[in-house]
Amino acid sequence: MRQYLARRFFASLFTMFGITILVFAAIRLVPGDQITAQLGTEAGMLSDEQRAAMERYYGLDRPPVEQYFTWLGGVFQGNLGYSIRQGREVLPLILDRFPVTIELSILAILIALLIGIPIGILSALRRNTWIDLVGRVFSMLGLSVPNFLLGTLIIYVLSVYFGILPNSGNYVDLFQDPVLNLQQLIFPAITMGFSFASSVMRMTRSAMLEVLNEGYVRTARAKGLTERAVILRHALRNSLIPVVTLIGVEFGYLLGGAFITEQIFSLPGIGRLAINAITQREYALVQGVALLIVINFILINFIVDMVYGWIDPRISYDS
Amino acid sequence: MTANANRLPKTLDAAPESRTPPLLLRLLRDRSGTVGLVLVVFFVTISILGWLEITPYPILEQHPIDRLQGPSAAYWFGTDQFGRDTFSRIMKGGANSLQVGILAVSISATIGTIIGILAGYLGGIFDTIMMRLMDILFAFPSLLLALLVVTILGPGLSGTVLAITVVYTPIFARVARGPVLALKNAEFVTAARCLGAEDWRIVLHHIFPNMRTVLMVQVTLALSWSLITEAGLSFLGLGTQHPEPSWGLMLSANRGLAEISPALILFPGLAIMLTVLGFNLLGDGLRDVLDPYLKNE
Repeated sequence: MRQYLARRFFASLFTMFGITILVFAAIRLVPGDQITAQLGTEAGMLSDEQRAAMERYYGLDRPPVEQYFTWLGGVFQGNLGYSIRQGREVLPLILDRFPVTIELSILAILIALLIGIPIGILSALRRNTWIDLVGRVFSMLGLSVPNFLLGTLIIYVLSVYFGILPNSGNYVDLFQDPVLNLQQLIFPAITMGFSFASSVMRMTRSAMLEVLNEGYVRTARAKGLTERAVILRHALRNSLIPVVTLIGVEFGYLLGGAFITEQIFSLPGIGRLAINAITQREYALVQGVALLIVINFILINFIVDMVYGWIDPRISYDS
Repeated sequence: MTANANRLPKTLDAAPESRTPPLLLRLLRDRSGTVGLVLVVFFVTISILGWLEITPYPILEQHPIDRLQGPSAAYWFGTDQFGRDTFSRIMKGGANSLQVGILAVSISATIGTIIGILAGYLGGIFDTIMMRLMDILFAFPSLLLALLVVTILGPGLSGTVLAITVVYTPIFARVARGPVLALKNAEFVTAARCLGAEDWRIVLHHIFPNMRTVLMVQVTLALSWSLITEAGLSFLGLGTQHPEPSWGLMLSANRGLAEISPALILFPGLAIMLTVLGFNLLGDGLRDVLDPYLKNE
């Protein structure tokens, strides 16, 4: 187990290191430099001396390798650099936006589980009936409706038929006004959770079908347990193991992938921050966001792996 | 002995195909396969017509008097704010989206499969390095990666194609590597090796034919994802550019006008949904037909 942990840890470090290089190189290949992006058309007014001074001030005149290691050295001290446009340090800026994305992702996952698990169970228990068919059609639709389409349709229906604009007004913090906050986040969360609900449903269904044929389910039935107890205590618990993995992976993706949903619903999360940072060529900000997203993803996968072994003791990491 | 040795590889090459009916027939017996195939054929056909610009109206032709109309006999899917025919634009938009999807998936499937096969077959340090590199790409949220690539190359066809290629290559590498690991120690491979077959021959004639089914299913599913990614990038304004139509772009450009004419978002939305659904169902159907063990998973 310890050996496995160590191996996973070093593999993750390598991945993170690779990501930082990739992002660092990529953002510098973007046409147009940071100063032009910052000043827009005004950049043309700069004299050569002024431009050189600015480049020196931001460290842009040094060789890329040096810039990279300066940045990496800063990362270890919690200094992710400075966002020129926002006029703020990158780390607090990201930490400011991150709670929105976390809350949105958790809500989306809750919605997905609330929809996906019951439909998955029903679909498996009533296999090859009309209920199963409806469940499978639902899951197919969920996989086929992209979130930008669903978000657009939700906004359309809400605004035209109910006169509500879910993306109007400023974003309100959860601790400021929980009710208003929930109102603002519920529709984006549905948008994000819908396709995940269908993955959960598919996974629950197939795991249930497999588990229902197991000996211990037959034994539970033979003992005379009620069908409810057999399903909930014996079958469901075991069939949720793959769903846990799915949740972990999806959580990692949601934390880093809420770009479109946050854009459509004008939510000040990480995704929107990233899009703006990329289009405005905010080197430090893009690197910071990418680093954070990837660390999250690796960390969550790592935790899921551990939890997996804990839920299902049959899994061993020593082999 | 020599006669036996000569006969052996022929029987081991691939399973005899004589008794199984053709793939298309088997696919048509599968419910989701049939629905998927019909949807895909329909949208591919109208997209090809759109690509050849055989459309009811020229895609850029404006009819200012008929702006923002609903569906009618003259304009089947209505018109946009410039009076351009939505149906014609959906046809051409499909061509643009599918073109990106097909290009990107072909490239990523080829590169990914080669990497996966080499990594799995050669093993050792090559495998470790390649798969770690793929992991790095994999750990990236796909849209962030795509956004970076598009920002570097600029919006448009090549940027979108490369973005999707970068995202899907690791997936194909992983999908290809798995079966290779299992197959390279299979008895028929050992037999071929004993008979003196060279590595390239083993890979091309013994391993690759046995993983075609997995790859075929993956290609179909990747096509559906690439359509979503292309539409998503276009939706964000980073894919297909004005005035060329694309389903994602039509959806985002007309969001504000939906209250006046819902048809403007309804039809591009339906087109995306049904095409993606078609590829998903086709992928499911293919998997059921080609690998009965996986059915209902």
